[in-house]
Amino acid sequence: MSSDTLAPARPAVELEGITKRFPGVVANHDIRLAIQPGTVHAICGENGAGKSTLMKILYGMQKPDEGQIRVNGTDVTFRSPSDAINVGIGMVHQHFMLADNLTVLENIVLGAEPKRAGRLDVARARKRIKELAEAHGLRVDPDRLVEDLGVGDRQRVEILKVLYRGARILILDEPTAVLVPQEVEELFDNLRELKAEGLTVIFISHKLDEVLGIADAITVIRRGTTVASLPRSEISSARQLAELMVGSELPTPETRESTVTETVALKVDGLSMESDGFRPVPKGTSIRLYADKLKAEGKRLLLDDVSFEIHKGEILGIAGVEGNGQSELIEAIMGIRQAHGGISLAGQDISAWSTLKRRESGIGYIPEDRHRQGLLLEASLWENRVLGHQTQKPARSGIWINRRAARADTQRIIREYDVRTPGADTLALALSGGNQQKLIVGREMSGEPAFLIAAHPTRGVDVGAQAAIWDHLRDARAAGLAVLLISADLDELIGLSDTLHVIYRGRLVARLDPSDVTPERLGGYMTGAITATEEM
Amino acid sequence: MPAGLYRALLTLAGAVVAIVLAIAISSVAILAAGANPGDAFAAFFNFGETTRAVVNSITTMLNRAVPLFIAGLAVAVGFRMNLFNIGVEGQYRLAAVVAAFVGSTFVAPAWVQIPVIIVVAAAVGGLYALIPAVMKVGRGVNEVISTIMLNYIAINLAAFLVRGPFVGPRPAGQLTISTPQLPESAWFPNLNFIFEMFGLPAPRGGGLWGFLVVAILLGIGLWIVLERTRFGFDIKASGLNASAALASGVNPKKMVISAMVLSGAIAGLIGLPEILGSTHAYNTNFTPGLGFLGIAVALLGRNKPAGIAIAALLFAFLDRAQGPLQFANVPPSVIVIMQGVIVLLVVIFNEITSRMALRSEERRAARRLGTDKPVEVAA
Repeated sequence: MSSDTLAPARPAVELEGITKRFPGVVANHDIRLAIQPGTVHAICGENGAGKSTLMKILYGMQKPDEGQIRVNGTDVTFRSPSDAINVGIGMVHQHFMLADNLTVLENIVLGAEPKRAGRLDVARARKRIKELAEAHGLRVDPDRLVEDLGVGDRQRVEILKVLYRGARILILDEPTAVLVPQEVEELFDNLRELKAEGLTVIFISHKLDEVLGIADAITVIRRGTTVASLPRSEISSARQLAELMVGSELPTPETRESTVTETVALKVDGLSMESDGFRPVPKGTSIRLYADKLKAEGKRLLLDDVSFEIHKGEILGIAGVEGNGQSELIEAIMGIRQAHGGISLAGQDISAWSTLKRRESGIGYIPEDRHRQGLLLEASLWENRVLGHQTQKPARSGIWINRRAARADTQRIIREYDVRTPGADTLALALSGGNQQKLIVGREMSGEPAFLIAAHPTRGVDVGAQAAIWDHLRDARAAGLAVLLISADLDELIGLSDTLHVIYRGRLVARLDPSDVTPERLGGYMTGAITATEEM
Repeated sequence: MPAGLYRALLTLAGAVVAIVLAIAISSVAILAAGANPGDAFAAFFNFGETTRAVVNSITTMLNRAVPLFIAGLAVAVGFRMNLFNIGVEGQYRLAAVVAAFVGSTFVAPAWVQIPVIIVVAAAVGGLYALIPAVMKVGRGVNEVISTIMLNYIAINLAAFLVRGPFVGPRPAGQLTISTPQLPESAWFPNLNFIFEMFGLPAPRGGGLWGFLVVAILLGIGLWIVLERTRFGFDIKASGLNASAALASGVNPKKMVISAMVLSGAIAGLIGLPEILGSTHAYNTNFTPGLGFLGIAVALLGRNKPAGIAIAALLFAFLDRAQGPLQFANVPPSVIVIMQGVIVLLVVIFNEITSRMALRSEERRAARRLGTDKPVEVAA
């Protein structure tokens, strides 16, 4: 668990007690880890576990509030990434930062150009790049334009860029997210060569198979803190790792009466979505055949044959590592993105309706990112109350916005949902995250919705507001509301849901009973360590 | 102090500081041009010696302000939802030439003739603005590029129309080419009676354009639409946060089309005060550049009708000094420098004051809720 079980050499990177707070939340808490030189060290954890904050701290993009960073045994403080580069730390970002219209050579030297008489010394740059590429087995043609390169080559350019600046410690942030399997193998070969040259690689991922395939040591982060740090040899299976990621103690749902009724409120049938934009299904084929054809062509589907029913009084939870189709599912149900397949609300097919009509017919929506989709930050609270309800009572009368009624109803939400604000005319940005979220929950619950999408309803919200929001969801459920709950917080999912589905790569891979789910199984499904065929 | 009042005072203070700074910077420009800043600023306030001269000066200023105000409104409709209609210039010129020609083809009572001309102008402006809107919605063409390009087409098309199909008879010795003269029923009655009410002499020439009344009504109407109706709310929401508007059921395509067409329709009216009020035809001396000035006026007026009115009056006040500045031996291009500097500074100060207002709002809310400290989530 601690560094002393690892090799005795002086660690290349050592973090001790790193803590980083953001207003209202702690992103990292007492992070401890030691990374041995000349190894590939994987850091894994779910999205939102605090991996990216940790990496930003290590790369000088953010300053920790507490704790100590040591590189090769020396204490360091980073004010900016250039400080990190100076001590030999380099970062390969998940999204490539390359100029498409420049050559590989130009991209690599950009910002650190060797100059002769004020001009770029191409010969020297080329020689240096050649040396680096040969030493580390990173084959790229320095004179090609980056726009002509494939993803794998671009990644090699990114790595060369970092090496060119003298990095001995490389951070790779989800490097395989954009690669196809063969490219992943090539990347791993490159990483092994780097390791053989004595470089240290920090590999961030939540893909367990890959972590097990490449890492010499693995650190697991959960809820902002390091929960385990083990050499690869001590981990026997992906399941064991999955369990560490999800946590060994899952909350038991409180015993309570089921309010699930027989009436289906929302039915989703065979929902599918292409990754490269909606195209109508060719005439004469069914959605299934079309989807199979796309898959046969090697295209990934964002949503793949998703079907479920939510009854009145039921909360259906969807668990999954972020980016497995949750956002797409929500946007398809809301009519923001076009998808194939059927969606019906109270028996009525709504799949061709506009977002406005869906909202008018009783769909409420607590968006996953309240600042992006839920609020007009520079508008008053009562105007935010109108948002999404601009065609409904009490916000509207004829072509007019009924300001008085909207204000009065905002006062009601402020009262009933305990929104701490000086008044209904305050701008939304003046409120804390929790109070903004309570306002959104209050707004989406008004007008007696028949169905509510709650995406991460308590993300970035303080404990008090979290409990309040959970209570409101429970009360609404008891009153017959059907809820689709999407969350990364397992407490929330297991504590609230009547039914739990797991989404993985756009497919619902398992249906679980929240009262007897084991962390092993849940984690296994969420990370793809257990495939559907294995158990079902 | 109520938050609204605080914000208004802060905005006012920002504008005053911006204008004082603009005067200081322009003084440098005037000195560089070899003139005396004191003389120049005296010229701005020199409305003339006699009462008649003062009345004429005020009329010139108001007559200049009316089209600037309408142009500012046209631009502001788009700006409110981050839609940059740079094509106001082309829209108003094309609308003016078509409306002037259509108005000259028939004779009807004034209460029919004038509204028909107004409707034709608005329709032409709106339809011409529909082109970039459809291109944006259908193919994602950036409206800035397409409207700038359409300006060239419109300006040259208007020049062709007035020389070709829409040309009217030209009296001997007349150099300007124009559309046929409008019948008298299309002449918008002037407002000279206001001066006469105060026992002042009537201004010379076309007098105070009656279209001022239409402009004021248009400003009030637009304020109601933007601030009180559902359509205005949708525009505001789209401008403040497009993805939140989309998630709330606002159809972005519909909004782009309707805002662009509304903007173009208002733009179509820019040329009418001049045509209906004094020239009674579209001629080759027709005032150009109002569409581009409208962008500056809208920026200065923060896209709000009342602010745009003040901005239009300020620009008109500066423009009026063309003559007096020449008499004071100051190059009149000083006016353009001042207008540019004012717009730039006001935009900067608007940004500063609105940030100050937002910060104070946050502080105020936090103070009022002294007990509500953010609670840490146990990790």
